Amino acid sequence: MMRKILVLLAVIGFGVAMLPLVLEAGVAEAPGELATAYLEQSPRDFAAANVVTAIVVSYRGFDTLGEVAVLFAATAGVGALLTKKRTETAGAEPERKPGTEILGTATGLLTGLLVMFGVYIFMHGHLTPGGGFQGGVVIATAVLLNLLASPRSRVAHGVMTAVESLSGAAYVALGLLGVVLAAGFLDPRALPLGTLGALASAGAIPLIYSAIGLKVGAELSGILEALKGDRE
Amino acid sequence: MNVLEFLGRINPVAASGAVLVLVGLWGVLARPNLFKIAVAFSVLETGVNLVILSVGYIRGRTAPILDSAADAATAAQRMTDPVPQALVLTAIVIGLAVTALMLSYAVRMRTGGGGSSIESYGDEKW
Repeated sequence: MMRKILVLLAVIGFGVAMLPLVLEAGVAEAPGELATAYLEQSPRDFAAANVVTAIVVSYRGFDTLGEVAVLFAATAGVGALLTKKRTETAGAEPERKPGTEILGTATGLLTGLLVMFGVYIFMHGHLTPGGGFQGGVVIATAVLLNLLASPRSRVAHGVMTAVESLSGAAYVALGLLGVVLAAGFLDPRALPLGTLGALASAGAIPLIYSAIGLKVGAELSGILEALKGDRE
Repeated sequence: MNVLEFLGRINPVAASGAVLVLVGLWGVLARPNLFKIAVAFSVLETGVNLVILSVGYIRGRTAPILDSAADAATAAQRMTDPVPQALVLTAIVIGLAVTALMLSYAVRMRTGGGGSSIESYGDEKW
């Protein structure tokens, strides 16, 4: 009884605390000073059509580097927690039904398309809504489809590890290139900016986002395979 | 009429986000099942993301991407606030990582013989 009252109080308290936020959301007439500066300067500074991408990859680039590191740590954690030895299912081979024919056929048709779509999303992150994280998730969906269609299949670990570490290293290397050729770490102006709206524009942003996309795709595929629960 | 006017002024995204936050909070506090707590955390995160996004929304303005609707010169007059969108992009990815980690801990605790209810772990939850 006491517990229910406490839970109710916490929920009501949270609701009251959020009430002003809900009532005031979307009533601002103009973006704040910082947002206005980003909106005005990002086309000029980086020739990036997507302002959100310019913020994520360059203005707040450290944040994104840390985010990628957190995702890596979580992947490593999931992989370490869910081995066969740790979950004490070693020896016992769980019975797995293969996917239906519909799923198998659809997987064969869709895998290539999904990977291509993911690559498209992260390569155009500086022009359209999207970017490395979204593209990486789409690529991981292709892996998920394959795991569902043939549950005994395995993700090629060596390839995934190579893709992940190489793209992570490429990200940091592009950041360091900014130190040498431009204003500082993760400055995308290390490469020529090009014209606003072209695919090869915005300096190093498309390359950095491609590295993030490959890294996120490999990491999420690793998480999906670990959650399947038969990793040695 | 007054009530309708008041309701019309509320941002629907913020309101539904707040409801999701409260539902998620209740789930985290009141549900005993470890997997349902993980799901409740996801609901809570989604609600928080919606509220943050709606705070940066400005009525009648377009997405912060330069195209025919807004060029570089008129960007600050025609676009919504890009900062909350960038923050939410980060929050979604971190949320995914946290959810995956929570689920793996739940699986480990269950296969360790403790069951999926948090009440079987003694005093961890009152």
